[in-house]
Parts: sequence; structure tokens; C-alpha cells
Amino acid sequence: MTDYYLRPGLPQPVAAGLDAPYWQGLRENRLLIQQCAACGGWQWGPEWVCHHCLSDQLHFAEVPAEGIIYSYERVWHPVHPALAEQGAYIVVLVTLPHAGDVRVVGNLLGDPEQTVPIGARVVGEFEHHEDADPPFSLLHWRIA
Amino acid sequence: MRGQVAVVGVGETEYYKRGEAPDAEFKLALKAILAACEDAGIDAKDIDGFASYSNDRSDPSRLAAALGCKELRFSNMQWGGGGGGGSGAIANAAAAIHAGLAETVVVFRALAQGQFGRFGQGPQRNTIAGEMAYTVPYGLMSPAQMFAMKVVRFMHDHGVEHSALRAISLACYEHAQRNPRAVMYGRPLDEAKYDASRWIVEPFRLYDCCQENDGAAAMILVSAERAGASPHKPCYVLGAVAGSHYRAGASVHNTPDYASSTFKTLAPRLYAMAGVTAKDVDVLQSYENFTGGVMMSLVEHGFCAPEQVNDFFVKERFLAPQGDLPLNTSGGNLAECYMHGLGLNIEAVRQIRGQSSSQVADADVSMVISGPMVTPVSSCILGSEATL
Repeated sequence: MTDYYLRPGLPQPVAAGLDAPYWQGLRENRLLIQQCAACGGWQWGPEWVCHHCLSDQLHFAEVPAEGIIYSYERVWHPVHPALAEQGAYIVVLVTLPHAGDVRVVGNLLGDPEQTVPIGARVVGEFEHHEDADPPFSLLHWRIA
Repeated sequence: MRGQVAVVGVGETEYYKRGEAPDAEFKLALKAILAACEDAGIDAKDIDGFASYSNDRSDPSRLAAALGCKELRFSNMQWGGGGGGGSGAIANAAAAIHAGLAETVVVFRALAQGQFGRFGQGPQRNTIAGEMAYTVPYGLMSPAQMFAMKVVRFMHDHGVEHSALRAISLACYEHAQRNPRAVMYGRPLDEAKYDASRWIVEPFRLYDCCQENDGAAAMILVSAERAGASPHKPCYVLGAVAGSHYRAGASVHNTPDYASSTFKTLAPRLYAMAGVTAKDVDVLQSYENFTGGVMMSLVEHGFCAPEQVNDFFVKERFLAPQGDLPLNTSGGNLAECYMHGLGLNIEAVRQIRGQSSSQVADADVSMVISGPMVTPVSSCILGSEATL
């Protein structure tokens, strides 16, 4: 048995051309979000141009893995066979104040039946799947 | 475009539970189209345009060939997933007729989820890349899971109680008990049964979620000039709009206006085009992928303010014929059939014709809201001749 938040067997993420730095960053305990070199604007998910100023001078900048819960959901019904025995789990939508308030999706660590306070501060925890081929990492969140 | 085009025929196959249709999806589409032609009193060979949505697999060129249509003049797909394109396909068909691109356009949708894949399941493959890679590994992959977080935030912002969602479901099921075509006919729902039902994903219980069904539905549209010759009361397109707000499609749940059914920019355009207001609507069909989407759709179409939801959303208000806003009078996607919402547009026609199993007296202004929370979404208002 692993100590991953969700049971193994879900489709595992692989980098696409656009987001390779992001996935590599997670491997190194770093959160990298796309930023525009021309106007300084942030965006997530990554795109080929900046939606603020339409420049294509985009790069990935490291930001602290700190955020605020914008919304959440507690999932009960498994829609994937890998989660058949999972039981409840919590998905959170987290605003990143250090990256222009873009939002990222993750799981909220701790009791899956805990009360989830919208607006609460959360800190990131990297979850490394070294046994996967190729290995990958996810970013979860815990109430600060 | 107000009043320039009319729905003159509607047709449906029998509605089946997911995977139980005896026919191939393409045959279902043909059957619904032929039924709509018969209803309209027209020859299928005279259809010269097709409009659908959500990447329907029944290609218009093949349909036109199969039906022996004399000429294909309009072959139209409303981009975007989910049922957000139902009324958008009607808008496209009406625009094509009004502009003279085609004369007889069929709006259709066919689904055989046994023959093809299911909506309500996650991806069944080993790896995932791009936008879905940011959500699926965290167990966020089904439509219910994609939309629940919008509704959670809306309920949080406005203090909405769960009873508001329940009222929608109860009204749909009560109407379905009067509709023999409904898949949930003979399977009533009450508060206790709803409250005891399992969570799918909070805030949605089982009865907050649409069915998954097989079947097909079709509607024939012609110009108002030709509509007078049809055997049934024509249902005029007073308004039909599609679209979404600024960056509604921003990935990974990054749309700026998040807790929304996506209708805030559409509703004013719809009412302006139709020349009516929310107060004029006699009967409403509002697409239930999930009840929370209906709640936000009604708010964004001006039926009540966000702070009024708890008081406004009571079952009695939504019941035909006596309620002041009869809602989903066929049973809707929850309890009649999930024909990707086109069944709602057909029910809107039935109300104007006086043919609903939960008929509203003197229904002249009949409105449909299609596919909340996706992008693009759409809505339309049909009217009787008295509204012209």
C-alpha cells in the first residue's frame, strides 16, 4: 500500500510540449506558473500567448506553494475503477496570490470528511510517484 | 429575426435507458427526423439544412444521402461540449433560414451511449496530457465533478440551502409522473427519498444528476411565411442566443466569473431580441445536467435575485398548471430523458401547442435554457402567433 492521497490506477500525467517545465518543477518540489515576460501577467493553464497583452514571450516562474481555498467538492461516487474502494475524497480549487490569483486544482490532505472553509489559507505538499513509469509528482494542499 | 422563423414539426424516438436502445445511433437520428417531418407535414426529401451540437456523430451529408434530400444547403455544428448548444442550434437554423441560406432546416441530436462511450465516466486510459492532466490525477474528471465546485462557491457566496436544489428535482419528477414517455414515469420522488439518496459529489445527490439515455430528437424549422401551412400551431422563434462571458473557457477552472451558469451576458441579449422580460415567460424548460445549474440559470435569467433563492425555489412554484413559473413540465433531463436537452426544446413547443402532459393554460411565451455551466451556452424563447 502506498501513502498517496488517492489510490493508484488513475491516468498518470505526462508533459505536453507546452507544460514540460511545470511537470519538471513538481518533480523538484517547485511550483512553476506561466508568466508573461512582456507585461508580467500570469495565466493558468499555460497557453501559447499571453491573454493579457497577446505577447508570445512566456516563461515559467517559481512561486511559493501557498494559496487560498476558492472552492471545493467532496466526491463520493467513483467514476473511475481505480477509485472503486477509495471512499470520499476532497478536491480543492486554490487561488495563488503570488501568481496573480490564478487557480490550481489539487486534493486537500487530511480527513476526507473534514469541514472545508472557503477562504482558508493552504500550503502545498508535493506527492512524488517514484514507482510510476515515468515518475511524476502532484501538488496537494493542507490547511495552514 | 424575431418572429421570422417557426418550429413546425417535432419528433422523438422512444426514450431508453443508457445502452438499451435497440437501434444504432444513426438510425435513431433518422427515426426522429422522419417523425418530425411527419409531424410537420413535409417530405423529408425537402430538408435542405441540418443543425446540431456537441459533436453529434450523425453527419449531415450522410443523413441527407440516407434521406434522399434533394440538395444540402446548410450543414451546421455548434461547437462546444455538453448540452450548451441545444438552443444555439435553433439560433443557427433560424439565422440560416432568415438569411436565405436554407429553407427547411432540421435541428437534431442523437445519442446511443451503449454503442458509444458514456458521459458520466472518467477517461479509461493510462496516461493523460494537457488540460486534463491538471485535474484527472486529483480525481476530478466527470461532468458532475467539473461543475460541483461552481455550485459550492455560488451557494457559499449567497447562503443557498440544499432545499433549493431539492425543489427542482421534486418538480421534475412530479411532472414525469404525468408523462408516459418519461423514463422515470411510475417512479415518483418525495423529500424523504431525495434526502436519503446517496451523494454523488457534494452538493449533488443522486437525484440532482441527469440520467444518461439513448434516443434521438428533432425539430423542423421553416420561415414564418411557410409556417402558416403547417398542421399544428406554429411556434415562432422570438429570440435565440448562444455564447459565453469573458474567458469562460479559461482552463483549469480559471474563468474570472467562476460561480456562474454562463448566462449573464446572454440573458439581456435574449430578452432584447425576443421583446419580452422574465415576467412574461409562461413556462420554462431549464436544462438540468445538475440541479445547481438550473438554480444559477434562473438567477442569471432574472427570475430571482441570488439572495432570494432559498425563498424562491419551492416545488409548488415550479408545478404546472398552478405554479407561477412551471418548470421542466415533461420531467426534463432528470426524469423524462436526457436527450442532451433537445427534449426540453420539444416540450417548449408542446406547451405552445397545448399538447403537454402538464399543460400550462394559454402558454404563449415558452422559454428554454440549454446546458448551464459549459461554454458556449444558449437559450431561446418561442412564442405563439399571439406574441407576434
